[in-house]
Amino acid sequence: MKTLVLLIIIWPLIGFLINGLFGKWTKNYAGIIAASALGLSFLSAVYPIWQVILGNIYDYVYFTWMPLGKFSVPFGLRIDSLSAVMLFVVTFVSWMIHIYSNGYMKGDPGYARYFTYLNLFVFSMLLLILGDSYLLMFVGWEGVGLCSYLLIGFWYDKKTASDAGEKAFVVNRIGDAGFIIGVLFILFNFHSVTYADVFPFVHQVLTPETATIIGLALFLGAMGKSAQFPLYIWLTDAMEGPTPVSSLIHAATMVTAGVYMVARSNAIYDMSPIAMEVVASVGAFTAFYAATMALTHKDIKRILAYSTLSQLGYMFIGVGVGVYWAGIFHLMTHAFFKGLLFLGAGAVMHSMRGLLSTDLMGGLKKKMPQTAILMVIASLAIAGIPPFAGFFSKDAILAGALEMGHPIIWIVGEVTAFMTAFYMFRFVFTVFYGEEKVPNLYHELHVHEAPKVMTIPMWVLGVLSIIGGWVGLHVSGEIPIEAFIARTAPTLEVANEAHYSEAFLMGFSACVGLLGIFTAWVIYIKKWITAESIANTFKPIYTLLANTYYVDEFVYFFIVKPFWWVSEFFLWKIVDVKIIDGGVDLFGWISKRIGWLFRTLQTGFVSHYAYWISIGVMLLTGWYLVRII
Amino acid sequence: MLAAYMFVSVLLFAIGATGAMIRRNFLIVLMSLELMINGAGMALIVMSYFTGNISGQVMFLFVAAVAASETAVGLAIAAMMYKNKKSVDINDYTTLKK
Repeated sequence: MKTLVLLIIIWPLIGFLINGLFGKWTKNYAGIIAASALGLSFLSAVYPIWQVILGNIYDYVYFTWMPLGKFSVPFGLRIDSLSAVMLFVVTFVSWMIHIYSNGYMKGDPGYARYFTYLNLFVFSMLLLILGDSYLLMFVGWEGVGLCSYLLIGFWYDKKTASDAGEKAFVVNRIGDAGFIIGVLFILFNFHSVTYADVFPFVHQVLTPETATIIGLALFLGAMGKSAQFPLYIWLTDAMEGPTPVSSLIHAATMVTAGVYMVARSNAIYDMSPIAMEVVASVGAFTAFYAATMALTHKDIKRILAYSTLSQLGYMFIGVGVGVYWAGIFHLMTHAFFKGLLFLGAGAVMHSMRGLLSTDLMGGLKKKMPQTAILMVIASLAIAGIPPFAGFFSKDAILAGALEMGHPIIWIVGEVTAFMTAFYMFRFVFTVFYGEEKVPNLYHELHVHEAPKVMTIPMWVLGVLSIIGGWVGLHVSGEIPIEAFIARTAPTLEVANEAHYSEAFLMGFSACVGLLGIFTAWVIYIKKWITAESIANTFKPIYTLLANTYYVDEFVYFFIVKPFWWVSEFFLWKIVDVKIIDGGVDLFGWISKRIGWLFRTLQTGFVSHYAYWISIGVMLLTGWYLVRII
Repeated sequence: MLAAYMFVSVLLFAIGATGAMIRRNFLIVLMSLELMINGAGMALIVMSYFTGNISGQVMFLFVAAVAASETAVGLAIAAMMYKNKKSVDINDYTTLKK
């Protein structure tokens, strides 16, 4: 068993090493190697996950990683109910996306390099979720950040792609600084970073104030990694990477690491109402704010990126109000349907030769029937229509928010749910339904259905997008997924929990979703009201949304530009040139002056040397005489 | 008596040293060096004579031999100097500076 658990993370590492070292030779087999590594990893994970469902918890220490005097950090892997859910999502969804990538990346000159990074990513991600200490989590945390950077800038000869990679890296550094501070606080207070040494003793060691500091510092890390306001700006640019990467890293797995981390640290957050309030509020704000930006965009990948931000906001509402299971549950269903949405968008891009604008699409259903059906399934799931997966998880979050006494967050959540349904079906209707907007474009591009290697993984995720939420149904008085996750991350206990009719809340959520779809149908299929007329009526709001609130411009002028200015005119031209270079020059100048003093003695005239020699002799002799007298 | 002999010896040495320092013709400098050596040699002999120790005079024989060979080398250098620059003025040779 101990070896089996280790094997889960070893397989992707082996795949990474093979493709990384011998990529030149594996060339066309790189994809098969990488996908097989992931398949083996998933198979290795099945049995441990099953055992965890039956009630076991595994925590194996393999070796002492860092023996540092008084405290040491072991290299240990832990599978409990929380990491089991993550483990299933990560290994399974990654496997599907690896298979899909075999078709999507076919013929790319960086084929082997792509799969090398992808395997390394999965290795890091597994380390992040299975590591049994904050430090090991941090290793995975940075590992996935690195792979994200490498894969966003995968087509590095494209300037926008390499810039986007850098942006993601720099923005993530801000969050990571917070994470490190949080971990250091934990280290100072508990003298250990292992979960088993931290969580059981939270009440003895921490005061509410220290818990707040740790909680907020860790949440800063989560904001960077999970792209919450205001550190979300990197995620939309991250769409420059290959689409399966957006699907795997920037929708299904990596960006949810922050949610996982908050849920993992539930014992610390439970002690600090302030930190939880911040988490929930930031989540709610991001959910709403990102959804508004998704309303007007025309780039299919960016619509999905804003949608991801919005859904991540939901997850943070879930963990922020204390219903950790709902946040993780939504994380899981989101991985299925959002992964599928991105794969569908990838299939569209694949046959459209990389074109992204909805203005060029329409009526694609006739050309790509399977993709169209799958996209409708995924959109129904994200819109929260029963019995699709997203309905159960989103409803669990919103009902949880209401029960925990956050009615405002509930209202924001429902409004966002309406917008979500609207923008997703705007996407579906404009891309797959209606008429071909540019005549003969499809004919010229030879638009066709994606190959089987791409559609089969999509179908698998499609099925999961339907049935994935059913673990949230009531079974004999309890919800299986709630009971399962609450073993590790118990729901926060509040004194006066409000009770609402569950049937009413579910019905209300479903109606909100249907209303959103209906609105999109009215505008984009029936065209009773045209989108243009709405845009013209609310011109200022439309402009603001279409330009994504000018946040990128704001950041550029108020943060990036001053930073450059300080770097150039202060750090470079004053500190570097004047102080550092000047200091070095000063020492050179001093040696030069001293050298000049002695150099003048060297005239080259032989008689001068004789003169100095005789003076020297006289002085020595004189000194000798003085000594003997 | 010793003082008078030593005075002559020191005078020879001083004249030689001065000549070596102030004259510019290399041949004159060589001659001045010869004077200095002989001044020192005379001190050896005088001391040997007054102390009754023969080793001072023996020492002078060595010094004279060294002086002779030194002159031979010096004159060879002078010949080469003349060959190179058509000059034996030592102020034309300041390459030690470079």
